[in-house]
Amino acid sequence: MEKPLTSKLRPDGTAVDIGAYERAGGYQGLRKALELQPQEVTEIVKRSNLRGRGGAGFPTGLKWSFVPMKADAPRPKYLVANADEMEPGTFKDRVLMEGDPHQLIEGMLVSAYAIQADIGYIFLRGEYRVSAERLRTALGEARERGYLGGNILGSGYSFELHLHISAGRYICGEETALLNALEGKRAHPRTKPPFPQVSGLWGKPTIVQNVETLCNVHHIVQNGPEWFRSLSRSEDGGTKLYGVSGKVNRPGLWELPLGVTMREILEEHAGGMRNGLQFRGILPGGASTDFLVEEHLDVPMDYIQVQKAGSRLGTGTMVVLDDKTCPVGMVWNLEHFFAQESCGWCTPCWSGLAWTEKILLAMEQGTAQKNDLDVLKFQTRFLAPGNTFCAFAPGAVEPLQSALKYFNDDFQRHVDEKRCPWRQ
Amino acid sequence: MATIYVENEPQAADSSQNLLHVLLSLGYDVPYFCWHPALGSVGACRQCAVKQFRDEHDKAGKLVMACMTPAAEGTRLSIKDPEAAAFRAAVIQGLMENHPHDCPVCDEGGECHLQDMTVMTGHNAREYRFPKRTFRNQYLGPLINHEMNRCIQCQRCVRFYRDYAGGNDLNAFRLRDTVYFGRFEDGVLENEFSGNLVEICPTGVFTDATLKRHYTRKWDLQMAPSVCVHCSVGCNTSIGERYGELRRVVNRYNHEVNGYFLCDRGRFGYEFVNSDQRLRQCLVNGQPLEDSEAAAHVRTILRDANCIGIGSPRASFESNFALRQFVGADRFYAGVADDEWQAEVRAIDNLRKGPARVPSLDEVEHCDAVFVLGEDVTNVAPILALRLRQSMRQQLLRKANHANIPLWLDHAVRELVQDEKGPFFVAAPVATKLDEVATEVIRAAPDDLARIGFAIAHAIDNDAPAVSDLSAEMSALAGRIAAALRSAQCPLVVSGVGCRSVRVVEAAAQIAWALCKTGQQGKLAYCFPECNTAGLALMEPLPMREAFRAVHDGKADTVIVLENDLYGRAETDTVDAFFSATRHIVALDQIANRTTAAAEVVLPAGTFAETDGTFVNYEGRAQRFFQAFVPSGDVRESWRWLGGDLRPDQGVNGSRLRTLDEIVLAIGKKIPALAAIGQAAPAKSGFGKVAREPHRYSGRTSILANISVHEPKPPEDPDSALAFSMESGPAAPPPPMRPFFWSPGWNSIQSVNKFQDELGGHLRGGDPGVRLIEPSQETWSYFFNVPDSFRAEPGNWLLLPGFHIFGSEELSRHAPAIAQLEPRPFIVLNAAEGAPLGLKSQERARVRTGNSIHEFVVLLRPDVPAGVALVAEFTGYVSPGKCKLLFVDVEAEKAPIGPTVAYGVRQ
Repeated sequence: MEKPLTSKLRPDGTAVDIGAYERAGGYQGLRKALELQPQEVTEIVKRSNLRGRGGAGFPTGLKWSFVPMKADAPRPKYLVANADEMEPGTFKDRVLMEGDPHQLIEGMLVSAYAIQADIGYIFLRGEYRVSAERLRTALGEARERGYLGGNILGSGYSFELHLHISAGRYICGEETALLNALEGKRAHPRTKPPFPQVSGLWGKPTIVQNVETLCNVHHIVQNGPEWFRSLSRSEDGGTKLYGVSGKVNRPGLWELPLGVTMREILEEHAGGMRNGLQFRGILPGGASTDFLVEEHLDVPMDYIQVQKAGSRLGTGTMVVLDDKTCPVGMVWNLEHFFAQESCGWCTPCWSGLAWTEKILLAMEQGTAQKNDLDVLKFQTRFLAPGNTFCAFAPGAVEPLQSALKYFNDDFQRHVDEKRCPWRQ
Repeated sequence: MATIYVENEPQAADSSQNLLHVLLSLGYDVPYFCWHPALGSVGACRQCAVKQFRDEHDKAGKLVMACMTPAAEGTRLSIKDPEAAAFRAAVIQGLMENHPHDCPVCDEGGECHLQDMTVMTGHNAREYRFPKRTFRNQYLGPLINHEMNRCIQCQRCVRFYRDYAGGNDLNAFRLRDTVYFGRFEDGVLENEFSGNLVEICPTGVFTDATLKRHYTRKWDLQMAPSVCVHCSVGCNTSIGERYGELRRVVNRYNHEVNGYFLCDRGRFGYEFVNSDQRLRQCLVNGQPLEDSEAAAHVRTILRDANCIGIGSPRASFESNFALRQFVGADRFYAGVADDEWQAEVRAIDNLRKGPARVPSLDEVEHCDAVFVLGEDVTNVAPILALRLRQSMRQQLLRKANHANIPLWLDHAVRELVQDEKGPFFVAAPVATKLDEVATEVIRAAPDDLARIGFAIAHAIDNDAPAVSDLSAEMSALAGRIAAALRSAQCPLVVSGVGCRSVRVVEAAAQIAWALCKTGQQGKLAYCFPECNTAGLALMEPLPMREAFRAVHDGKADTVIVLENDLYGRAETDTVDAFFSATRHIVALDQIANRTTAAAEVVLPAGTFAETDGTFVNYEGRAQRFFQAFVPSGDVRESWRWLGGDLRPDQGVNGSRLRTLDEIVLAIGKKIPALAAIGQAAPAKSGFGKVAREPHRYSGRTSILANISVHEPKPPEDPDSALAFSMESGPAAPPPPMRPFFWSPGWNSIQSVNKFQDELGGHLRGGDPGVRLIEPSQETWSYFFNVPDSFRAEPGNWLLLPGFHIFGSEELSRHAPAIAQLEPRPFIVLNAAEGAPLGLKSQERARVRTGNSIHEFVVLLRPDVPAGVALVAEFTGYVSPGKCKLLFVDVEAEKAPIGPTVAYGVRQ
């Protein structure tokens, strides 16, 4: 099985340096791309059926095709790598950046060439200190070898790439809030439309793309869209980094064909539940996706099938709930995080999450009241997509709304018994 | 225009607007918070949700935020839809999680937009049972009170303060439900438009700190439509009184003039009306006398006196006219310093005889290239500066059009435009606050400013005279500015009399005229220092020096000084000499000053809050103001003193000038060119009764019960249809006579929505005011008198007046809150010239000029032209022009300039 994203990773966890990267065929995708017309690169990516790996799953090539490409297009154009990986339970981009930083740089170079971007930023989560250090080294190496800067490899194309360390906030992972943060403004999401492709960073055409997505691009150009599609077991192309956390035997991260089933990941790769624990549910794509349960374990982990099952592929990094862990406590933990991270811009989000979190805590502390469950259900409807300014709050209540569906009895017991039944 | 369907009814809608704007304009009640007609949409509060349907078959529909949805052709929507209504109630419920239930003790209560919207959505029962978040409030200065616990995070305050007004010391901090709107640390808000936070904030976070010190509910105020007296813009205000004190000033929307905003001087300067320095009794030789006796005394004096009158740019048109009638047009003098008057007369002349139109403030905002020549607009006509900030964006907004971003989508537009600036040039002797929005800033002495102006005019039209010996650098600059003005759709030249230079005034006109001559709509605006400078100039009084000469030459022996402290208009020894040569001085004024101290007879004059009259603003717009209450003591309108009691026949026979209508009629007869002044507002007879008091006015029957249990009859108003009563006639009053905005369910100032032809548009029934000045269609000619370049002479300085929003206007200085913000008198000098004299910035120096010694805080700036000094002396008069400055007693001690910012210096 081919693993284009992770095959070069070193077992000792050190970063692939430029020499090793080049010896393993690195920067060949870039060389090939520079021989193509920019629009040809976009076309190849379109045909590869690559979809965004950051959570929303928007088709990558289609996104690029909205960037103005005529001679009178506003300049400079920007490419931004969204490396603000803060979704609870998600740690896939970190592995890529720590282990193979050049892969991200090459992916960005090819993507930037496709949209003729002049300047790039890697917007990196503040806590990712190792990634920062390794990316900084890699950027220096790439610049030295002429992969970055003016007239790259004599092609006439120039691209400057900067590393920006985030001051830290979950909302900075929202692409338009990220752009505001990058501009030094408060990290509120922006109105869409206009989309960043038209008016993004500093009001110029901008593409924001998740790290994992970008890491695929030069492989696609090098090996062709058909190859990329063949890696996948679903309609959408490529492999996917799947992660599992929770009380399983071997929590971890694996590059697997897009569309393997949850059961396969959990049982074959994560080694099943720890002794004495029963599986109760799973957040398939990170903290802001709906719970799925036993009956969904054979759902292929791809964009369409997970959605059909009532959740989202999200980042593809699963969080497992077992029978010895209080689901209300787990949801409180998540909603506490989301309530903390609400940017405070729109009323439903800042007011709804604060209230939700307080009720969940009251349940855990045994002070819940009868109508609290109604209020929780009401909040999940209040924070539905379209009601809020951005997708943050609807995502934040996804684990809650599905927990209320699958674990309603557990919630009810908290209210009725005026205590958390999992606590002694 | 488009057709949209609201509850399945077709409605005409402006398709360039959003649904919220359209629905409110159509008269629907849709609740909202973060949106504001002047600030546009950002979609934060989610309060204006409505249900939108794809077509007539779509029954499900989806919730959309009205403010974020274009009013596109065929849009179908429902406000009443149960899901939409429930969502709106849920948003209020969310806002109420943290909002305290302190309405009964909140200053905003009774005129709170949040209250109104809460009632509108029907949310009335509280389910949230957890503790509310609390904050520490900040001291924000003497004008604004801060109570952050009430905040609903709508973001309007920072959007107004930062994005619209250019302030940078108020911001949003923290996140989630604990976003904090305040300063980095406690301190006076620096922006001169901070008072608008009181109205921008939909609830009681930012409230009027001056009102708080003598608090009254809106519904308990006796109110009147008024016009601001603190600069020449003439912003429309609504003023409120209770228990004989003026309690506060709020904005009274006039689309053409102030729109939604006031400056802090205009909003908070009102407290001079309540000053303990007010003159309330007649004084003869310093002794109080009954009003009839004082009037009789004046009549006796005048029987064999040779009397002249000195008018005032801060007195109403009517009062000046009454004085002019009293003494005769050939004995009526302008009470303005001669150098300033010369420039003002020329400015008014240019507006009346030239081809360039003076723009209203609304037009100013839509001008798309601006050249400010020689004026510190922010400190002289603040609200004009606020609108100029918006004109700087006009050309950039076209980028948004080009990118298909609707202009109301505020953040999207700002993100596209970023920090780019439209063509905006500022040329002045020293730094001005508008420099920060300028594409290019020029520093020069007045003569050189005029030369640049003339050079620009020449670059626009070759027929305008060339400027000789212009440096290559200045030529290139003139070329750049000329090109920017020529390529604009609506170029504007702003100048004023701040440089005390007729040449600067001429140069500004020359540019606007050159634009007109070459086929453009060149516009021209001059800032004047006082509320009725233009009105006084239109009456064509003689210059003040001739009044001094008349007395000196024995041609007059008695002077009536109208609402004017001459010690602020000329050097002390000049005024002393004038007064000592005068046999009788009769002074009418509001507040005791050196002139009233010198007068034999002092007659107490009413302030704007106690009188009716008309001011003519910088635009030539005559605007009527009405009294809010009947003053105590012998206080009455100056025009009533002069038109009645003081006249030999006491105004009984002959030309009666005893009521406002009589005097307005007389103006039309005597000065036919200004007859239109009568149209500023309906005559008393022209309209039924209009209540000054809201129908919830409380305590009417008991308000004087401590004096008598018998309820007195309300006073009659002899001058207008406004009544000191809660009772109105059946018809709604026309805009100039509307004391306050109120509509059922809309108790806050945002009730103005219900009185506009569309949101942010004209008032239904027309915006108040009538323009007395329109461009001339007749022939005009260029000025050919181009001055020589300014040459600095060692040891000699060209003294120019410096201005500060708090301090440079006489009346507001008597308002305690404003007085706290007044900087110490200061002198601004070129750093390279000041240093050799041992001067250091922000240290104190005593400066002798002529015969007088002034104490100043020294401000050394590197960019002041050599040989130029600016002095801001707020209590007296410093004669501008070339002079020697002798620096005595330079104290090496830090001298704080005060709590406000002056020329970029803050202490």
